[in-house]
Amino acid sequence: MSLWEYANPKKFMGWTGPILPWAFGAAGVCLVTGLIWGFFFTPDDYRQGSTVKIIYLHVPAALMAINAWIMMLVASLIWLIRRHHVSALAAKAAAPVGITMTLIALMTGAIWGQPMWGTYWAWDPRLTSFLILFLFYLGYMALWAAIDDPDTAADLTSVLCMVGSVFALLSRYAVNFWNQGLHQGASLSLDKEENVADVFFFPLLVAIAGFVLLFFALVLLRTRTEIRSRRVRALQLREGRR
Amino acid sequence: MIPDLGKYAAEVGLAYAVSIALLVAIVGLSWRQSKRQKAALDAAEARKNG
Amino acid sequence: MIALLLRDLRLATRAGGGFGLGLVFFLIVVVLVPFGVGPETEILSKIAAGILWVAALLAALLSLDRIFALDFEDGALTLIATAPIPLEAVGLAKAIAHWLTTGLALTVAAPVLGVLLQLPSGAYGFVALTLLLGTPALSMIGTFGAALTVGIRRGGLLLSLLVLPLYIPTLIFGAEAVRRGAQGLDATTPLLMLGGITAGAFAMLPFATAAVLRINLR
Repeated sequence: MSLWEYANPKKFMGWTGPILPWAFGAAGVCLVTGLIWGFFFTPDDYRQGSTVKIIYLHVPAALMAINAWIMMLVASLIWLIRRHHVSALAAKAAAPVGITMTLIALMTGAIWGQPMWGTYWAWDPRLTSFLILFLFYLGYMALWAAIDDPDTAADLTSVLCMVGSVFALLSRYAVNFWNQGLHQGASLSLDKEENVADVFFFPLLVAIAGFVLLFFALVLLRTRTEIRSRRVRALQLREGRR
Repeated sequence: MIPDLGKYAAEVGLAYAVSIALLVAIVGLSWRQSKRQKAALDAAEARKNG
Repeated sequence: MIALLLRDLRLATRAGGGFGLGLVFFLIVVVLVPFGVGPETEILSKIAAGILWVAALLAALLSLDRIFALDFEDGALTLIATAPIPLEAVGLAKAIAHWLTTGLALTVAAPVLGVLLQLPSGAYGFVALTLLLGTPALSMIGTFGAALTVGIRRGGLLLSLLVLPLYIPTLIFGAEAVRRGAQGLDATTPLLMLGGITAGAFAMLPFATAAVLRINLR
């Protein structure tokens, strides 16, 4: 019994069906806990005032925006190498979730930027990179939407995702080189010295867990939708032929 | 019990409102598509078998 | 491969082939900018390099959908694919032909049009140099985009949506090199990066282009 068997569409429907409600439930619990903890029970930062509470949305969303793209890249590679249909469909399913995360990160960032930097938008490297990431998501989804044949669409979008990843990474460094930023460095890292203070850190972790779980649950749900839609398509084609 | 958000209340509130609205939107959208596709599949299977 | 290149060049320069359209578009964009931002010499000379780069990028974009679409429609692409040269070489030849008909012309025209935009005198050489280094990358990336969208009817708009984000690094380094050069700063790093992008694009994208063409011709 190999791991790949879980990627068989029928098996996939079988094992994801029962865990879907649990995934959504866990995501909901973590999100509600993290956000309520963060919103109601953490002190204000001495410099940023109450705006520090935006961190519980901004950081997890930004994290998931990037991780969603990485997940799409991995899924695309698996599709190109091993031709597992579920993999291609999972990549397709992740894109709208990823773009939502990117939007949340961008908008909360803009709202946060206004009181802190005195402007909603600055051509800061991190902000610019996210805007570019947003454009890449748009292009990827537009290509999926434009092609009728699902296998051709999966192949083409996979190649686009790979090439796009290279150029997205390149843009990240280009943008860094192009403008020095206002944005602070990473707020989370494994060495304890640079981390945000514990009071903010633990609710943030819960919120991140909530976003991760929500992403997972949404991707499962959307992948199931895609599998069903393929099946419907196949059945309709068969009917048409008769 | 809304905590005292000081002078940045509008910003914090807006950030939470926007984000939660977007999250609800993507969940709702996924949910609706899932329901619709499931119905379409059931209809197609019924046609095939019936 | 040479034969294919020459054929593409002949087709492009023939009447209705679209050669020169990109150049005219470039000219018009450059002429339109002062109407939009006002005729003040200082403002114009500050943004001249950026305008030239963005206009060149748009002009290159304009002729991209012709690269494969016409051959695809009349079936020539299928014949070319079965010809005894690898599809990778086809992609490369197409990109080079596109560059010779648009990128090269843009590079030559840009310093001339720089006069209209009050380009600072120190920047002329850098504009020509960066465009010479950067436009091949634009052609190669564009060829990949054209191959990607070749099977889609009315894919022109989608093509721009896919290709423009891929152009960002080239644009950033190109315009940055001119800006630094014009101010008398050291422009070696952006120039090297620009050359690196072009070299990398030509090293990798022919393979991606060929892969995508094979999928589309299936």
